[in-house]
Amino acid sequence: MQAEAALGRVGLWFGVLLISIILAATARDTGFAAHATIIAVVAFVLMWMSAARFDPMGKARGFFRMPEGLSRYDDDPIRWGVLATMFWALVGLLAGVFIASQLAFPQLNFEPYFNFGRVRPLHTSAVIFAFGGNILIASSFYVVQRTCRAQLAFPTLARFVFWGYQLFIVLAASGYLFGVTQSREYAEPEWYVDLWLTIVWVAYLIVFVGTLARRTEPHIYVANWFYLSFIITIAMLHIVNNLAVPVAWNGSLSFSAFAGVQDALTQWWYGHNAVAFFLTVPFLAMMYYFVPKQAERPVYSYRLSIIHFWSLIFLYIWAGPHHLHYTALPDWAQTLGMVFSVILWMPSWGGMINGLMTLNGAWDKVRTDPIIRMMVMALAFYGMATFEGPMLSIKAVNSLSHYTDWTVGHVHSGALGWNGLISFAAVYFLVPRLWKRERMYSLRMINWHFWLATLGIVFYAASMWVAGITQGLMWREYGADGYLVNSFAETVAALHELYIIRALGGVMYLSGAIIMGYNVWMTIAGRLREEAPMGAMPDYDPDKDRPIVRPATPEPAE
Amino acid sequence: MSLYDQLRHLADSYGLIALIVLFLGLCLWVFRPGARQHNQEAARSIFKDEEIERDDDDQ
Repeated sequence: MQAEAALGRVGLWFGVLLISIILAATARDTGFAAHATIIAVVAFVLMWMSAARFDPMGKARGFFRMPEGLSRYDDDPIRWGVLATMFWALVGLLAGVFIASQLAFPQLNFEPYFNFGRVRPLHTSAVIFAFGGNILIASSFYVVQRTCRAQLAFPTLARFVFWGYQLFIVLAASGYLFGVTQSREYAEPEWYVDLWLTIVWVAYLIVFVGTLARRTEPHIYVANWFYLSFIITIAMLHIVNNLAVPVAWNGSLSFSAFAGVQDALTQWWYGHNAVAFFLTVPFLAMMYYFVPKQAERPVYSYRLSIIHFWSLIFLYIWAGPHHLHYTALPDWAQTLGMVFSVILWMPSWGGMINGLMTLNGAWDKVRTDPIIRMMVMALAFYGMATFEGPMLSIKAVNSLSHYTDWTVGHVHSGALGWNGLISFAAVYFLVPRLWKRERMYSLRMINWHFWLATLGIVFYAASMWVAGITQGLMWREYGADGYLVNSFAETVAALHELYIIRALGGVMYLSGAIIMGYNVWMTIAGRLREEAPMGAMPDYDPDKDRPIVRPATPEPAE
Repeated sequence: MSLYDQLRHLADSYGLIALIVLFLGLCLWVFRPGARQHNQEAARSIFKDEEIERDDDDQ
């Protein structure tokens, strides 16, 4: 690096450091001050790195591992992404087990930083945006390079996307614990963190589209359509939902640009499409690449995959109002949301069938390949969740289920079953390939992970069905005199045992992920566990596999 | 008529029809004659990077 450039870089980071210190010192609230301090620390580290790497560009290349030449895929951001996925999965699931335990044992609310209200958004953001977001960014970079047969475009920007996204996660997560939140479901970070994410996301779009533009394959494989629609739609949703006016430039507080029912609808237009375009569409992109690859068979029907894509694009965006049944939202809007949710059942099951039928002629792999087993279970849960969702969106059903734990159970059968399992399967697919290993350290451990996760979800979903219906029925129960029979506290007390079962299910799911962490660690360390192969034949000795020849002389009769 | 009303009427008449036609067109497009070959090639395209290994397996 030239001396001037190095000096300029150091000067830039010094400027950021100085501004952060000023903001931290003059901040109007402690949360904002804490965030300014985090930025200051990052700026200091970058300044120090810029100074240390003066002249030899080699060191910068060393840390950020810039690719040399175009003849190799640029896999380093993907490797970091997989590690980040693993790390955030453990953090997010641990937070989930913790808040599930808080609901069963309220003594675990440690005021003020670790009470339920602050840790819950930490849990949801950690699993959706940190765990889910990292595997989506990493897998999209992997898939777009492989299917386009081209190296990732703009390597510097790709590295910025990875590290910028991690900074977003740290700011969001720490903010919740400090009490910095704008209280919008799945969009809790405040205005300045939203602005940062917007910058990172635009960079992500540029890298992805740049790679598509570089492709040597004439056709853009369907998985990339799903990824691209995810990137574009999330950008639109994020910007509109987070339109807000900050109270001051040095404080975290802001107010939404919308008010009343318009604000509510904006939030659930965003909220449901976060489910659609963050938790469904890009995970289907993973399905359309990793399931055929692992099964070694092309997708069952490419035609169906395209119809699946356009149906989700045209239908999903209208389903949000079903979150606002029986509220101030106009009745026609509620019905619209309900009708579109029910219609959505069809393309969802079309996609599930397309994924499952890909295994046609290779169903034996479910027995021998635990990764395929995980993918099949993920698709089964995708099917279950996309049946349950339309059912819950029907107004009559919703009048019982709304605001109860049934909703929580529904979300988790989708999130743990579909998003979790397909992501784990993708990580198991990616790790041996990215680190050039023969296979995962242990296939038997993948099998353990599979069963712990599946049983955990069963415990979770079953207990929440019972809890939700109990709750719904208790809330609406009237006595002969027209008064409600149950107080709210009584309905909470009735659920105690079910909450313990739910926490147990969470512990099982987390244990599976811990086994996975160990498995990934050992694979990267280059170890192979010696174990009996899955689905192997029982002991067979060809020497003994023959008829017994009786002696030629007849034995004397007794 | 206010801008809201104008947009609203556009949305529930021409806009609605245009979106439905576009949606049906996109869904029917994959059934055009000759699409089968193209779709099969696209579905197989992700295995091109494995074809060398695949030949070894077939021996």
